[in-house]
Amino acid sequence: MTEQQTAASSTSYMHKALDRPEPTSQGSIPVTVIEPRSGWRLIDWKELHEYRDLFRFLVWREIRVRYAQSAVGIGWAVIQPVCSMLVFTIIFGRLANISSDGVPYAVFNLSALVLWTYFSNALIDGVNCLIGNANMLSKIYFPRMLMPMSAVAARLVDFCIGLVILAVLMAWYRIVPTWYTILLPLLVVVMVLTASGLSMWLSALAVQYRDVKHAMNFVVQLLMYAAPVVYPASLIPERYQLLYALNPMVGVIEGFRSALLGTRAMPWDFLAVGAASALAIACLGMLYFRRRERLFADVA
Amino acid sequence: MSAIITVENISKAYLIGMKAEVPDTLMSAATKWIKSPLRNFRNLRRMNTFDHDGETEDIIWAVKDVSFEVQQGEAVGIIGRNGAGKSTILKILSRITEPTGGRAVIRGRISSLLEVGTGFHPDLTGRENIYMNGTILGMTKREIDRKFDEIVDFSGVEKFLDTPIKRYSSGMQVRLAFSVAAHLEPEILIIDEVLAVGDAEFQKKCLGKMEDVASHGRTVLFVSHQLGAIQRLCTRSIVMREGHRSFDGITTEAIDLYLSSHSQTKDINGWTSLISVPRRGSGEAKFVGYQCTPVGCPDVHHLYSDEPVEINLLLRSEATREVASLGVTFYDRVGTKLVNADTVSLGKSLRLRQGENAISVRIEKLHLNPGNYNIGFWLANGLHTFDHIEIGGTVEVIDRETRGLGRRPVGDGTVTCSFSVIELTNQMQDPGLPTADKESSHACVLPSRQEAQ
Repeated sequence: MTEQQTAASSTSYMHKALDRPEPTSQGSIPVTVIEPRSGWRLIDWKELHEYRDLFRFLVWREIRVRYAQSAVGIGWAVIQPVCSMLVFTIIFGRLANISSDGVPYAVFNLSALVLWTYFSNALIDGVNCLIGNANMLSKIYFPRMLMPMSAVAARLVDFCIGLVILAVLMAWYRIVPTWYTILLPLLVVVMVLTASGLSMWLSALAVQYRDVKHAMNFVVQLLMYAAPVVYPASLIPERYQLLYALNPMVGVIEGFRSALLGTRAMPWDFLAVGAASALAIACLGMLYFRRRERLFADVA
Repeated sequence: MSAIITVENISKAYLIGMKAEVPDTLMSAATKWIKSPLRNFRNLRRMNTFDHDGETEDIIWAVKDVSFEVQQGEAVGIIGRNGAGKSTILKILSRITEPTGGRAVIRGRISSLLEVGTGFHPDLTGRENIYMNGTILGMTKREIDRKFDEIVDFSGVEKFLDTPIKRYSSGMQVRLAFSVAAHLEPEILIIDEVLAVGDAEFQKKCLGKMEDVASHGRTVLFVSHQLGAIQRLCTRSIVMREGHRSFDGITTEAIDLYLSSHSQTKDINGWTSLISVPRRGSGEAKFVGYQCTPVGCPDVHHLYSDEPVEINLLLRSEATREVASLGVTFYDRVGTKLVNADTVSLGKSLRLRQGENAISVRIEKLHLNPGNYNIGFWLANGLHTFDHIEIGGTVEVIDRETRGLGRRPVGDGTVTCSFSVIELTNQMQDPGLPTADKESSHACVLPSRQEAQ
């Protein structure tokens, strides 16, 4: 095919596997064509599947290395949310006396914090993953999408440990989870989708414009106040509630709390808006990442 | 049979940093500082060289319109000066970076070795890093499991396998990295300069492994500055020069072309000046310049192993005199004297006129293996030294062509010798001697080889 054909984005859309090895009539020898591509590209699921071993190793390496040579080790995954919870309980729970929807403030806060700690850490790791692995980017070929994906996946381990601590706290306060707890995996999926989508978009930007990395460090802290982590969603005035729910973490956190602690009725409206928003963020993030992929080795 | 790699007019542009204007007034410094985010943003945007096509000052074409083809089973070398674009081509073929223009088609799976130890993490142990690195290079976990023992054996770090590799010496790290890479079974192998690591013994092992890979019918694309290695592995070579492909053909010719365009700075007519080199001696007569070429090839500035060499010397003497000893010496890089051609051993003395003298020394056969050597000069009358230069310059010796049908083993030593193998009948076989292998099955007296180091 000529260069004119491939430059047109519609054709490159149809020939989406332009640079992916595919079997030819010569008896399944993979043929790879390398040329400058422009336009939007779909995600190459086949390639991602081929590289699943590498994905597993990248995740394992993240986890293994994060707490290397540390005495407390993975215990740090617990200390972060628990300490934040203690501080918030004192400030917002006691001193400011924010409502906590009928359950003790500590549990109210920790349940949201476990989710939020995952989200904020995954986001920061995701944004930095390309910059931090610049040497791998410039020396080997692998589907670049594996990097932010592995960063987001690696934090799930910390999340699971956080859940255990939450269970302990719930047992202390003698709170029994409702039947809606089976929806938990769905909520986690929405959260992971949002984290992935945002990581992909931001890491692709951060590789070229390091300002993004610097901004993320504090924006993430501020973002916490855009989600019902320290206050309940009921604090937001009625007419802004759906707008507020555009932040997928709103639906996830309130749904989580409703399912585990029974603080309120299951917020289906929040969840619907949040899920749609998460899906949009994920798709746009991945597409943007694919579009910028070709630059990474040059600008990292 | 279509080519396994086809490269058509590949080009790659990079942005380089341009010198910033230095403001000279306070006002301009202040406005420059205020406007800097905008300017920086624009510069960062320009790092994306795909979106603009210009020939502006800050765009450099690392590779421009390079085309070639590689057939199945060929071992092709790519040589050139630093910055010629060799590594960029490899990066493009490995899909690490996208070309700015042009097209390449690859039929088969490529394994690239652009660096040893990619993906190595200092906090992980040797064992974990083997898996990590192997997976990065494209092996499946099962494959690594299968070859694990071989890999550990080749690297020689068995005792330290469970220690974090930040505790390894740099040599051990490199050996581990290379041994993982050496056990790849790729269809197409792309190697960039990775043999320039490790001690001499390890380099020997690596070269051996590479030859193994190349001889099994695999296609190899090899970039290196070690011309000896290129010569052994590659039948065909491409010379890159400032982003362009300047030659594509037989390795020996390619090396000749590369070396002749890249030789040390010479005076006009190819003479190397000896006026300002460190020397000892009275200076009443001294060497002014030299020229060292193979006999019959006055334009070639490197020498061929085991072939006649002509060394033309320019001397300046303050008065007419007789000189008993004029010597040309070849030293290895460490300073060991290897070859000494001294007129004193010919029993004749040289007569020097006042002023400039031209003398030619002809060495019938230079018994030196390929490598880099220092050349030194000596002028004396018995105990009185007129001029003694230890390092007048460097000389590169290469093989003119591979000898006979065989290939020379690695780590041959410095000095060559001519030898042959004698076949003897079975009756004379001494049961005490080790049995020979199939190739020299009847010889029980193995030829002796002199190896001087």
